Amino acid sequence: MSSFLTYLISGLSLGSIYAIIALGYTMVYGIAKMLNFAHGDFIMVGCYIIFTVSGALSGNSIVGILVAIVLCTLLGITTEFVAYRPLRGAASPLAVLITAIGVSYFLENLALLIFGADIKSFTSVIKWEGLTFAGGDLRIQGVTIVTIAISVIVLIVLQLFIKKTRQGQAMLAVAEDKGAAALMGINVNKTIMLTFAIGSALAAIAGALLCSAYPSLSPYTGAMPGIKAFVAAVLGGIGSIPGAMIGGLVLGIVEILSKTYISSQLSDAIVFGILVVVLLVKPTGILGKKIQEKV
Amino acid sequence: MSALLEVKDLSVYYGVIQALKGISFHVDKGEVVALIGANGAGKTTTLHTLSGLIDADKGDILYKGENLTKIPNHKIVSLGMAQVPEGRRVFAEMTVLQNLKMGAYTRKDKAEINETLEMIYKRFPRLEERKTQLAGTLSGGEQQMLAMGRALMSHPDIILMDEPSMGLSPIFVNEIFKIIQDVNKDGVTVLLVEQNAKKALSIANRAYVLETGSIVKEGPASELLNDESIKKAYLGE
Ligand SMILES: Nc1ncnc2c1ncn2[C@@H]1O[C@H](COP(=O)(O)OP(=O)(O)OP(=O)(O)O)[C@@H](O)[C@H]1O
Ligand SMILES: [Mg+2]
Repeated sequence: MSSFLTYLISGLSLGSIYAIIALGYTMVYGIAKMLNFAHGDFIMVGCYIIFTVSGALSGNSIVGILVAIVLCTLLGITTEFVAYRPLRGAASPLAVLITAIGVSYFLENLALLIFGADIKSFTSVIKWEGLTFAGGDLRIQGVTIVTIAISVIVLIVLQLFIKKTRQGQAMLAVAEDKGAAALMGINVNKTIMLTFAIGSALAAIAGALLCSAYPSLSPYTGAMPGIKAFVAAVLGGIGSIPGAMIGGLVLGIVEILSKTYISSQLSDAIVFGILVVVLLVKPTGILGKKIQEKV
Repeated sequence: MSALLEVKDLSVYYGVIQALKGISFHVDKGEVVALIGANGAGKTTTLHTLSGLIDADKGDILYKGENLTKIPNHKIVSLGMAQVPEGRRVFAEMTVLQNLKMGAYTRKDKAEINETLEMIYKRFPRLEERKTQLAGTLSGGEQQMLAMGRALMSHPDIILMDEPSMGLSPIFVNEIFKIIQDVNKDGVTVLLVEQNAKKALSIANRAYVLETGSIVKEGPASELLNDESIKKAYLGE
């Protein structure tokens, strides 16, 4: 029983990381109406920044994380401005999708050039040992607890930001109808830029947590979690913030439990299988909704 | 009287297709001016260009001493120009109240905003009854009222309305036109785009007729109502 609990909790922890990444995906999709396939690579960039800065400061990871958040935010804003914004009016939405894939390869190859292909061993940014329960039977690592806590905090802060602030309401308006939002006096470009900034900052945070839990860093570190988080966002209902959270948690738990009890080779197949089943039953995802428009 | 809004030689292209072919018109302070024309004449294009949703290729839009073609669209509302867009375009997943608050997005003073809100509730009691309802679940007529209320929340000097009577039952149409007249009496200048030419001309001071991107006729609304060619083409007589 306690081993099941241990696996469940580690699934929850992995799921929390997916959730934080998925929040970035889903916000950018919901508001800018584009899939930023480079989002996963922002995580990798964040990890390398922490790795480098913490290394230079002999292990001071707090500064590393802050620098990573700032630089990833700038990277997100710059990418949006240079690569995506000029294509926003393009005839086909494929144009910007393909550009995003290009940005993804660009970042991976840039990392390859600077840091090489060898896997770096990442020192966890969380030094806390964690807690022991049931007389030592159940041990929860510090990084697990911190990861789950941070994802909950991120979710709450984001929800409050969107529900309670002017900028948050502007995001909802832009998400629904850019033209109508502009008619309200909302600066649509600025709002989309802010969305990218938030999503990229979240990617840096997710990176710090991911590499602390799974401490091997390569130029491809962000790719698979990026895809999984995308699946999580779709599963939860893309565009929905609570949906991203639920999708992320479900995905993380299913992945760890199926790795443990079924087969580690099959776990990805099971994860994607669940996605297919959910989409067949509810094409908009778990929390996705569509209000019928009146004509 | 000097014009509040003066459009000069305005041209707009969609790719290679020219939707507006150098149109000029003006709206004086306090007027209701109707812009009528068949489907695809360029009415919506005109209003979108005024609000900066589409860029002009040539020409000027002079409003309160500014050239709107040189001003980014999000700054136009705070100059006192609001639009009730074609198809209403309310924010379906927001409540009625949130939609109205979006209309006041550029205003800062909370007390003034609440004052306007009260005025709008007085004008549209239905909106107050339904303030917590999601806008997407309102009836078409209620959505039209919401779109008008939302535009009025910015406290505009001029309001651009794109086919406010589209798809509404005759009773609602009458109600909407009554409200347009009331809004105008309260000092808001109105530029009204309509398919329902008869109704539009009956409340307008002046009107312009747009045909495939050009203004082909203009004059006092009462004259156009009795113009033979207009009767044939737009009034179904
Ligand atoms: N986004 C667009 N891309 C290409 N062509 C467009 C676009 N929007 C409008 N047009 C074309 O420009 C012309 C004018 O369209 P517009 O919507 O301004 O007409 P309208 O007078 O408002 O018509 P309606 O009464 O049907 O609303 C039409 O021929 C239309 O097909
Ligand atoms: Mg139109």
